[in-house]
Amino acid sequence: MERLKVNLCGIELDNPVIPASGTFGFGYEFAELYDINILGTFSFKGTTKDARFGNPTPRIAECTSGMINAVGLQNPGVDKVISGELPKLKAVFNKKVMANVSGFSVDDYAYTCEKLDKEEQVGWLEVNVSCPNVHGGGMSFGTNPESAAEVTKAVKAVTKKPVIIKLSPNVTDIVSIAKACEEAGADGISLINTLLGMRIDLRTKRPIIANKMGGFSGPAIFPVALRMVYQVTSNVKIPVIGMGGVSTAEDVLEMMMAGACAVEIGAANLTDPCACRKIIEDLPAAMDRYGIRSLDDLKGAV
Amino acid sequence: MKQEIFTIQSNKKIAKDVYELILAGNTDEITTPGQFVNIALDGFFLRRPISVCDYESGKLTLIYKVVGRGTEKLALMSEGETLDILTGLGNGYNTAKSGESPVLIGGGVGVPPMFNLAKKLIAEGKKVTAILGFNTKDEVFYEDEFRASGAETIIVTADGSYGKKGFVTDALPEVDYSFFYTCGPEPMFRALSKVVKTEGQYSFEERMGCGFGACMGCSCKTLTGNKRICKEGPVMESGEIIWKD
Repeated sequence: MERLKVNLCGIELDNPVIPASGTFGFGYEFAELYDINILGTFSFKGTTKDARFGNPTPRIAECTSGMINAVGLQNPGVDKVISGELPKLKAVFNKKVMANVSGFSVDDYAYTCEKLDKEEQVGWLEVNVSCPNVHGGGMSFGTNPESAAEVTKAVKAVTKKPVIIKLSPNVTDIVSIAKACEEAGADGISLINTLLGMRIDLRTKRPIIANKMGGFSGPAIFPVALRMVYQVTSNVKIPVIGMGGVSTAEDVLEMMMAGACAVEIGAANLTDPCACRKIIEDLPAAMDRYGIRSLDDLKGAV
Repeated sequence: MKQEIFTIQSNKKIAKDVYELILAGNTDEITTPGQFVNIALDGFFLRRPISVCDYESGKLTLIYKVVGRGTEKLALMSEGETLDILTGLGNGYNTAKSGESPVLIGGGVGVPPMFNLAKKLIAEGKKVTAILGFNTKDEVFYEDEFRASGAETIIVTADGSYGKKGFVTDALPEVDYSFFYTCGPEPMFRALSKVVKTEGQYSFEERMGCGFGACMGCSCKTLTGNKRICKEGPVMESGEIIWKD
């Protein structure tokens, strides 16, 4: 459908709906339920240089209108992602996929991105400088402009694919970090990653999450995400993917009115595995309801 | 996995804090005993994973314990109301491994998945013994159902208020068994793992995000690699488990 098409860093998407990294695996669990080729694209599970088991369990806690996770970037490592996951994905997904990358040093990021750069199936590199669940990496790169810019430069030097930097909301001034990434050559920005959160079990008087704290996501964070997307799109020229608590077609439209050119859907996939399909199906009627002819007209409507 | 709408036929208390929920709906995705379903509840963000107690075409029986606000809400639902359920989740028990005389060991709310397993094994002509452990008399459920299924049924209570006094491990030495299947709390598993004389299968639980393998929220390490309790599990082979202590 023409009116749903959007452009993400030079690649056309059939629609702006993108399942977010960490909530969609490598696609095939969902392909059992629906044809995932209906998606704009999806961002695959955060990949690191070496295999990681992640954090001890419990890794999940429920919240009002949301959840906390502290998975800690469990993944088989970039080599196995390329040799094992991508061929399996090819059988169920014929579009370009977004490769989500994390690291513990600037060299880690460059190493992993350089390997994924050679993969035909990969359309974009989404560089996660915002994981709240690992020590000595992840979010620490995304909490100040200098280190975010350093990662951006290192990755840009090893790839010709569009580089999208995924930012953390756990900062005092997200605009300065987004601008630093833009100046360092980023092709796009995605935000927000999860908000650092915590729950305590009243019976045991201990945190529910083994790692004590984790990333808070779900509909509860939508207004915070929308505000940050608006702040960033108002201050950078590069495309911005909005995410954080999006769970309906109306949320997608709101994110795009705030300036996002595409939208990632995270926690909603976990509670309703068909959430993205439903959002795509609901979009045309939602647009009709608000007199929106095409999504292209929407960008930065506010 | 399939997402299905089920209609409540009955939802009744059968022991202290324990409810039996009988649902009408499509059960085709459930293929082995020991699988689970994941139930959406209005007002709660995450679904509630509940093991399958029994199933047949068009009918699903679940037994759950009220342990928090979600299950409290579920307990208040009544006949005719509907539930959005992800069905046919996880890998269940393998009855082909049982040998001629398997023992089934259930502890508390680990008892329910043993019920359909007992029926399946008996239908296959196996001699089944079920050891069902509870804390106290008020918590005992499904004794008659197990006996009616044809399983030799031994009830134990920790305080001795009903059946044999003690733990499931106290009843196990009287049984001559070819394989064991178990579901229950992890302390019971650790005690069992030290006294069992054969191979067996354990069913684990963990706090889950999705219940179908996407979020990696319930991963565990095993001797045969990292596994997701919800996807490769919940049933694990005795030979692959890494005990935490």
